[in-house]
Amino acid sequence: MRQRSFIAITAALAAGALTLTACGSRGDDGGSDSEGGGTTVVIGVDAPLTGDLSAMGLGIKNSADLAVKTANKEKAVDGITFKIEALDDQGQPSAGQQNATKFVANKDVLGVVGPLNSSVAESMQKVFDDAKLVEVSPANTGPSLTQGPDWQTKKVRQYKSYFRTATTDAIQGPFAAQYVFNDAKKKKVFVIDDKKTYGAGLAATFTEEFKKLGGTVAGTEHINPDTKDFSAVATKVKKSGADVVYYGGEYPQAGPLSKQIKAAGANIPLVGGDGIKDDNFLSLAGAGATGDLATSVGAPVEELPSAKDFVADYKAGGYKEEYSAYGGYSYDSTWAIIEAVKKVVEDNDGKLPDDARAKVTEAMQNVSFDGVTGKVSFDEYGDATNKQLTVYAVKNGAWAAVKSGTYTG
Amino acid sequence: MNELPQQLVNGLLLGSMYGLVAIGYTMVYGIVQLINFAHGEIFMTGAFGALTIYVYVLPDGTSMWIALPLMLIGAALVATTIAVGAERFAYRPLRNAPRLAPLITAIGLSLALQQAVWAWYPEAKSARTFPEIPGGPFEIGNVTIQTGDIFLLIAAPISMAFLAYFVMKTRTGRGMQATAQDPDTAKLMGINTDRIIVVAFALGAIFAAVGGVAYGLKYGQIDFRMGFILGLKAFTAAVLGGIGNIYGAMIGGVVLGIAETLATAYIADIPGMDKFGSQSWADVWAFVLLILVLLFRPQGLLGERVADRA
Repeated sequence: MRQRSFIAITAALAAGALTLTACGSRGDDGGSDSEGGGTTVVIGVDAPLTGDLSAMGLGIKNSADLAVKTANKEKAVDGITFKIEALDDQGQPSAGQQNATKFVANKDVLGVVGPLNSSVAESMQKVFDDAKLVEVSPANTGPSLTQGPDWQTKKVRQYKSYFRTATTDAIQGPFAAQYVFNDAKKKKVFVIDDKKTYGAGLAATFTEEFKKLGGTVAGTEHINPDTKDFSAVATKVKKSGADVVYYGGEYPQAGPLSKQIKAAGANIPLVGGDGIKDDNFLSLAGAGATGDLATSVGAPVEELPSAKDFVADYKAGGYKEEYSAYGGYSYDSTWAIIEAVKKVVEDNDGKLPDDARAKVTEAMQNVSFDGVTGKVSFDEYGDATNKQLTVYAVKNGAWAAVKSGTYTG
Repeated sequence: MNELPQQLVNGLLLGSMYGLVAIGYTMVYGIVQLINFAHGEIFMTGAFGALTIYVYVLPDGTSMWIALPLMLIGAALVATTIAVGAERFAYRPLRNAPRLAPLITAIGLSLALQQAVWAWYPEAKSARTFPEIPGGPFEIGNVTIQTGDIFLLIAAPISMAFLAYFVMKTRTGRGMQATAQDPDTAKLMGINTDRIIVVAFALGAIFAAVGGVAYGLKYGQIDFRMGFILGLKAFTAAVLGGIGNIYGAMIGGVVLGIAETLATAYIADIPGMDKFGSQSWADVWAFVLLILVLLFRPQGLLGERVADRA
């Protein structure tokens, strides 16, 4: 009997472990050997490819893939074939760090695009910096990632290997506050966040500017992202008499939250950041979402002349998923790495130097080109110099651009 | 506006769902003293069973009034099959093993079920939208109730009444009570205890399936991880109400749901407590309540009715 039970437990645990490793090794097909005589350079992609945030993550992966294919087709760098290796971080800092270690161990990886979440980036930065491996995030908006924890008073560059093409929440939050107060004419806000790096940071910068403009805060609440029941919070919002809700967080919670606030009888718009500007928000929030607002980084990709080719190529590429909120930025992040590699190769007589990683990281600082989202270059902290933002509103079951601009203090 | 009635209804609804799932924990524990940690996943697969019926079996645009009973049947079928299968192949071989062995098996099974749905159910890698009952909301005084919630308000007491009748009045139900009290003696009296255990698993699964459908209707979406946290809460509810007691499970669920809701709503208003009042602290307060109850009543709220643990 003992023997049998031992076998049964082992079997059950093995079954569990197998399924877990099965998902761990997914997308782990990135090879390393060179193809057709030329040198292969691998560009790592780290994003949530499964789970709640996968809609955004898969958009990042596909867009990076498109950039690499374009570069190979156009022979952007002579003698170099680019290739992506995508790893899934599931939006978890611990998984992100493991992926970072994996990228570092693969000598052919000369740059990494990602991650989506600021909290994941925090766990990856040091690993990459120790290996002098450059990381370009298309989506991180937490200000402290580049400018340090005391970014409001004393800006200090955190890691020389970290860059991003997305604007920070130091601009996004106040930009949203200005729109809500001046254009939407809402004066009484209820602020909710999910306590994560991104959500709490965004809610804080929004609140500060909103108060400065003369608005009042009717209440604050921190939700628990593990649950889908926000009815108690929704009732609180209704009682507070607020005429607008600001939510710092992402769409898996924002959708149900918006729906439950409307269901509780408070017919007021929910406003969020780039984390909620996704089509999944619309399906989760349902019909009541009309009038909800979101700010997102950059100008709307569909309307930029520079993005026409990207949108057309993406369609032609036959990708199953939408490019989502960060598609254009992911393409540009990938292209920035390609540009940096190009510079390094050209400076070294058409060959990759031995310390290619360090050289690429160095070259990244001075990269400058016209990308999908406009001019791509980085300031002294590694932040994008392009600080455009756009307000989107839900109209007829879709996100429609309302106003583009930037925050002017 | 006085928000108390609305918050109590919010808590009652959340708690009824905990209660429906908690019944499965408590029945299985009452009879085989096993904490079936895979029960949250039974709840999850039930919800996916209902979704399968609606999306892949019924023609598009079927009225919810026709679809809902069929979805419930589908949910119950899937959940029961998995629960009975788990009992037969994972727990029965371990029945005489040390207590910890089936517990670990249950945790492994829970992970395996989550990952199986993740890997093989179409598009289950992120949340899937669940059909909703059209109409509503209803206003009673200043309390708003959604159509999706009405299902829960009706289903939970009916399920409870059915279970009480089954356990108290039917032959199988009395067999369950006997097995819970003393499996060996019950066996000597001619009760097929193996069958009774299967019935306990199956009944628990049906209640979890009803809970799963209610979850989908209420929140409009289901995902492969929905059973994990809810399962933990339901287990807590079962302990709070007195594990082994079917009425205790439902009462424990409702108390837990209302405690969480009221903690979210009011703790922040107590002077000096505004830091600890948000929803992210509600679970902490719910567990403070659990500890307090267990300090004074280690057997749980209704724990003394040992004869009823079935």
